[in-house]
Amino acid sequence: MCGTIDTAMHPLLTVSALTMDFGGIRALDQVDLRILPREIVALIGPNGAGKTTLFNCLTGMCRPTGGQLLLTPPGRSQRRLYGLPPHQITAAGLARTFQNIRLFPNMTVLENVMVGRHCRTTAKLFGAIFRPAATVREENDSLGMSLALLDRIGLGDQADELAQNLPYGAQRRLEIARALATSPQLLLLDEPAAGMNPQETEELEALILSIRDDGLSILLIEHDMKLVMRLSDHIFAMDYGRLIAEGAPDEVRRHPAVIRAYLGTEATDA
Amino acid sequence: MKKKSLTNPTGKDIRHALMVGLWFMFLTFPLLVIKVNPIEQTVTWRWANMLWVGGASAAIALACRLIAARRTEKMEHLSRMPEQTALRHKLPLLFTQDRLRLLGAMVMLLLLAFPLAFSTYQVNIMTTALMYVILGLGLNIVVGFAGLLNLGYVAFYAVGAYTYGLLHLHFNLGFWTALPIGGLMGALFGLLLGFPVLRLRGDYLAIVTLGFGEIIRLVLENWGAFSQGPSGIADIPRPGLFGIGMTLDQSLVYQYYLTIAMALFTVFMVNRLRHSRIGRAWFALREDEIACQAMGIDTTALKLTAFALGAAWSGMTGVLFAAKTTFINPASFTFMESAIILCIVVLGGMGSIIGVAAAALILMLLPEYLRAVAEYRMLVFGAVLVVMMIIRPRGLMQPMRQTHLPAR
Repeated sequence: MCGTIDTAMHPLLTVSALTMDFGGIRALDQVDLRILPREIVALIGPNGAGKTTLFNCLTGMCRPTGGQLLLTPPGRSQRRLYGLPPHQITAAGLARTFQNIRLFPNMTVLENVMVGRHCRTTAKLFGAIFRPAATVREENDSLGMSLALLDRIGLGDQADELAQNLPYGAQRRLEIARALATSPQLLLLDEPAAGMNPQETEELEALILSIRDDGLSILLIEHDMKLVMRLSDHIFAMDYGRLIAEGAPDEVRRHPAVIRAYLGTEATDA
Repeated sequence: MKKKSLTNPTGKDIRHALMVGLWFMFLTFPLLVIKVNPIEQTVTWRWANMLWVGGASAAIALACRLIAARRTEKMEHLSRMPEQTALRHKLPLLFTQDRLRLLGAMVMLLLLAFPLAFSTYQVNIMTTALMYVILGLGLNIVVGFAGLLNLGYVAFYAVGAYTYGLLHLHFNLGFWTALPIGGLMGALFGLLLGFPVLRLRGDYLAIVTLGFGEIIRLVLENWGAFSQGPSGIADIPRPGLFGIGMTLDQSLVYQYYLTIAMALFTVFMVNRLRHSRIGRAWFALREDEIACQAMGIDTTALKLTAFALGAAWSGMTGVLFAAKTTFINPASFTFMESAIILCIVVLGGMGSIIGVAAAALILMLLPEYLRAVAEYRMLVFGAVLVVMMIIRPRGLMQPMRQTHLPAR
């Protein structure tokens, strides 16, 4: 991932005119986003603004009504993501976590992370049954990498525990580790700090920064504004499915449209 | 502490046990007490039976309550010790890995020596039971691993059996040629069922698979020109061994060992699959389909593989079945069979290989050996099922988890 100046300037993900209709309701209206490599981008907005819908459209869980999604991993050719099924989008380099934790509760912590390696490994039925040297090597690599990821999020000594037995904060971190196991270019975090205490939030912040330092871009939805302002390089604010503001944290914080969306105002110019 | 609670049932425990006894006396009254003889037009009242039922069920209820009380006491005791809380979820495990290995070796020896010690009749029963072990393990892939509820599993069994029957009838093919073809045909029909139900889950999937099972049976029953209808196919040869002539008894024993070999092969394959990239993906699919997709797993391919592989085993067992009975007709492939195989998987513990194998043996052998109590055997069978599901609602055994850290 040796980004030259040229590729560093080129956005990793370009979203243009993304629109999503649910029946008569327009959940996303002509949304444009650009995410640069090694950038932490936050997506903010009141409840129901369409943030999670945007995530679902980016990751292929919903099929957008219109628009364009382009992924340009540094040093590689551009890839159109629009209309691809979720597993191909993950394979292309977008990994996500969920707002309400969706781990595999009856699998061990380690197995949860190893499932994330699925799209980077190739063993088929033949490999599963006969276990040729290549498959054994692949399994060992997955195992090694997964254990390293668990160490990184501080769950190394609980690898054999069932995921459902972990405390809440650990489950959130495990979801991030599982997403990282897919070797993504862009990590999408849906409210990672929700329900965390201040100390856990601090640890999370350090983790997100270290992920960025590994060369990944991060797009996060978050309601903890202090965290968002500290972490983000760039912020997009949404309301009613539309982008209402974007820019550096300070600009967005002062932006009148953002203040109006959060605090409300008399309907003078709507 | 344990002893105290065992020897000292409280008054509440005893009252509860007596109520259970009374309730069972009431429930079994028409069946066990009244005996009507329609020819002599007399009614026999067998009051002794009622006492037996009441006494036995009260005793069992009392024992259950005491055991449960002891267990909660143990759990509370453990949770009071903070450093041991991590051990709590491991407490219900019945067997440790080492003990299990020993048990497995003993069971294996017992199975191998079985024909030497018992009559051909017994060997025959055992062969059938082992075939259900294979069927159970095959369905375990679909239901236990991938979490796709399949109520039409017997359809693939029928496909396998008819593959052999028809191939022999028209092309005079033997058992060993038909075995792989039966497996392939099973897999093909598995895919055929898999495609339309890719989007379905849970109840809806169950209904469609149920329908599929019935369709196969109805086609076999009514398409006389193809399958010879209800009269079935007769004179299917037993499996051969390099053309060596065998007496009927020898042939049955040979088939017994063949079925053991097949069962072992199945255990090996299923175990390898379970602990592989694909096995992990199946479990993930069972746990959370959305998250599974988000992890970059192609759930479509995964579901089809599960359906096809499960069906392949059913198909091969079908060939085995046709060779064993030498006669097949659609009546052997009713929904009842699917239900029993599903029972085996659920009772054994979804996803657990050893549990499913054990459940298959128990469920198939129990009714046979209960013939001693003749008319009540199905009653006892049902009672065992109910009691099992109450005591261990998640099956005989939990699926074994691979561990990577040194034991704490």
